[in-house]
Amino acid sequence: MAGKTLYDKLWDAHLVTEREDGSALIYIDRQIIHEVTSPQAFEGLRLAGRKPWRTGASVATIDHNVPTTPFKSAAEIVDQTSRIQVQTLQDNTREFGITEFGIGDVRQGIVHVMAPEQGAVLPGMTVVCGDSHTSTNGALACLAHGIGTSEVEHVLATQTLVAKKMQNMRVAVEGDLGPGVTAKDVVLHIIGIIGTAGGTGYAIEFAGSAIRGLSLEGRMTICNMAIEAGARAGMVAVDQTTIDYVEGRPFAPKGEDWDKAVDYWRTLVSDADAEFDAQVNIDAADIRPQVSWGTSPEMVVPVDAMLPDPQAESDEVKRSGMQRAYEYMGLKPGIPVTDIQVDRVFIGSCTNSRIEDLRAAAEVAKGRRKADSVKQVLVVPGSGLVKQQAEKEGLDKVFIAAGFEWREPGCSMCLAMNPDRLEAGEHCASTSNRNFEGRQGNGGRTHLVSPAMAAAAAVAGHFVDIRELDQA
Amino acid sequence: MEKFIRQEGLVAPLDRANVDTDQIIPKQFLKSIKRTGFGPNLFDEWRYLDEGFPGQDSSQRPKNEGFVLNQPRYQGASILLTRRNFGCGSSREHAPWALMDFGFKAIIAPSFADIFYNNCFKNGLLPIVLSEDNVEALFRAVEGKEGLRITIDLEQQQVIPESGEPLAFEIDEFRKHCLLNGLDEIGLTLNEADTIRAYEARRAEREPWIFQ
Repeated sequence: MAGKTLYDKLWDAHLVTEREDGSALIYIDRQIIHEVTSPQAFEGLRLAGRKPWRTGASVATIDHNVPTTPFKSAAEIVDQTSRIQVQTLQDNTREFGITEFGIGDVRQGIVHVMAPEQGAVLPGMTVVCGDSHTSTNGALACLAHGIGTSEVEHVLATQTLVAKKMQNMRVAVEGDLGPGVTAKDVVLHIIGIIGTAGGTGYAIEFAGSAIRGLSLEGRMTICNMAIEAGARAGMVAVDQTTIDYVEGRPFAPKGEDWDKAVDYWRTLVSDADAEFDAQVNIDAADIRPQVSWGTSPEMVVPVDAMLPDPQAESDEVKRSGMQRAYEYMGLKPGIPVTDIQVDRVFIGSCTNSRIEDLRAAAEVAKGRRKADSVKQVLVVPGSGLVKQQAEKEGLDKVFIAAGFEWREPGCSMCLAMNPDRLEAGEHCASTSNRNFEGRQGNGGRTHLVSPAMAAAAAVAGHFVDIRELDQA
Repeated sequence: MEKFIRQEGLVAPLDRANVDTDQIIPKQFLKSIKRTGFGPNLFDEWRYLDEGFPGQDSSQRPKNEGFVLNQPRYQGASILLTRRNFGCGSSREHAPWALMDFGFKAIIAPSFADIFYNNCFKNGLLPIVLSEDNVEALFRAVEGKEGLRITIDLEQQQVIPESGEPLAFEIDEFRKHCLLNGLDEIGLTLNEADTIRAYEARRAEREPWIFQ
């Protein structure tokens, strides 16, 4: 019999029961909760007179709606609807006895930055959140995926999910990444190859020497965008990098439990003879710094390329999608990526707001200045603790000296639910994960890039190849 | 949840692939703490010429007359016909809430994004996967004949165009059962509370740190 994949092992370890009709109940170890997708779930519990199954399994924070300018209480949030959601989460977590890292708490931040940082996500767990980027947490060898609000309520009430096993896909990136090529470029390159629906129905395990060579933060960037390839869950097997990352974090096991945990976690790798339903092989040497040009994350090209010609696309549905994207983006096929002018720059989001992302952006910003044509450069750390660390390293001063704005933690301009947003027609170099129409503000035009590429675009006023920055 | 057994209705064709949930219901409308009232803002950026905001009277806003849902022939549609990878992107359940609040009962496409597909069933909205060829044929039929209606028979797992052969579709048995009977999934799961507790006891033995 063939061995098991990492996903098979995680699935088997959480299977509560299988029903005759083929559906299964899986146990959920950790639920992360935020203000946007939880109010209706708590309301559902209240209406049915139900209580959370295990309050200790949940941890909450505010991120989607919060302003990135300093504020001390919900009452200071100007947007009334945002204020109500932030207040509602506080009321709900208090009523149901759930831990919340709220306003003014240094641990507050983007759900998928906060939870691993606290050790609230551990290898071998099942992790869910009413947010599609929950896949981020799979970097810790977890089964982590987004769910809808009805499922948030189901998990609160039962600590389980009704689920169906996904298929296994292995994406292997072998070899060394070239200079200037980061985790973000790797995942954009992968999505460019397999497409935004390429992973639908699969759990993707990212493997290969280039993935193993990444920090845990870099692996989170990769798993974060598994959903942009259509896969609900992305994951990376346990190795020493995983164990070192977890050790000493507030929610991590201690003492004897730690030793026992590490012994178990080391088994969380795919067996050598495991069989995958799909396999994608990528040579790390082929990956160049990436820039998305259209309105879907699969519309991505290397920075030294020209924008693609829709006429060369044989699939009719894809071709019309490309034509529509060109119209929306105000761009033309055949122009060099480096000709695209940038109006605003956003460095942040659950994809790229961890300390190493900010370090990479600061390295580019150091001793340089934002181009005059660029209206605004926002740097938004992923959590209060990331912010604190960055300030300890003096990164805030580097950004401010370069004319960038140093903000408070939150989701910010990734989805523009708070006041940070694009005006119609503006092009943005963004380290976030989605370039959908209107995502960063009605009519806004998003280009997905790595933190270093975003900072370089801020300095030059247009996209530049980070490998040639000094000549730009 | 309302039962879904059979649905007969007018079909609106949305000829786009990769329609994401940001498009189905833009982020500014996610600030509601309710499950209802999203219908007027379904496909907001495509339906209206101005930028929408919560709490506004949408009936007074300038409409994009070219958009399919604004065309007189598709008024009252309860079945949405669309292209591959419908519902990709954000996990927001506000997307099926908005589609249902608008009046859709079923969506037909060659494929759906996983989370969206799952969310539909929790609300009694039926997503139906048909082959690319069958979807293409339905597009031609709908665009070719004004007022074309189709019937969806969940029990038989068939899409039956007004004139034409019934098209079979697949659906997971558990989901079908829940839709046909309008079942509350949480209630069903809680019937197995003892099984869940027994599982927890086994896990706590092996991985005590999970339960601390």
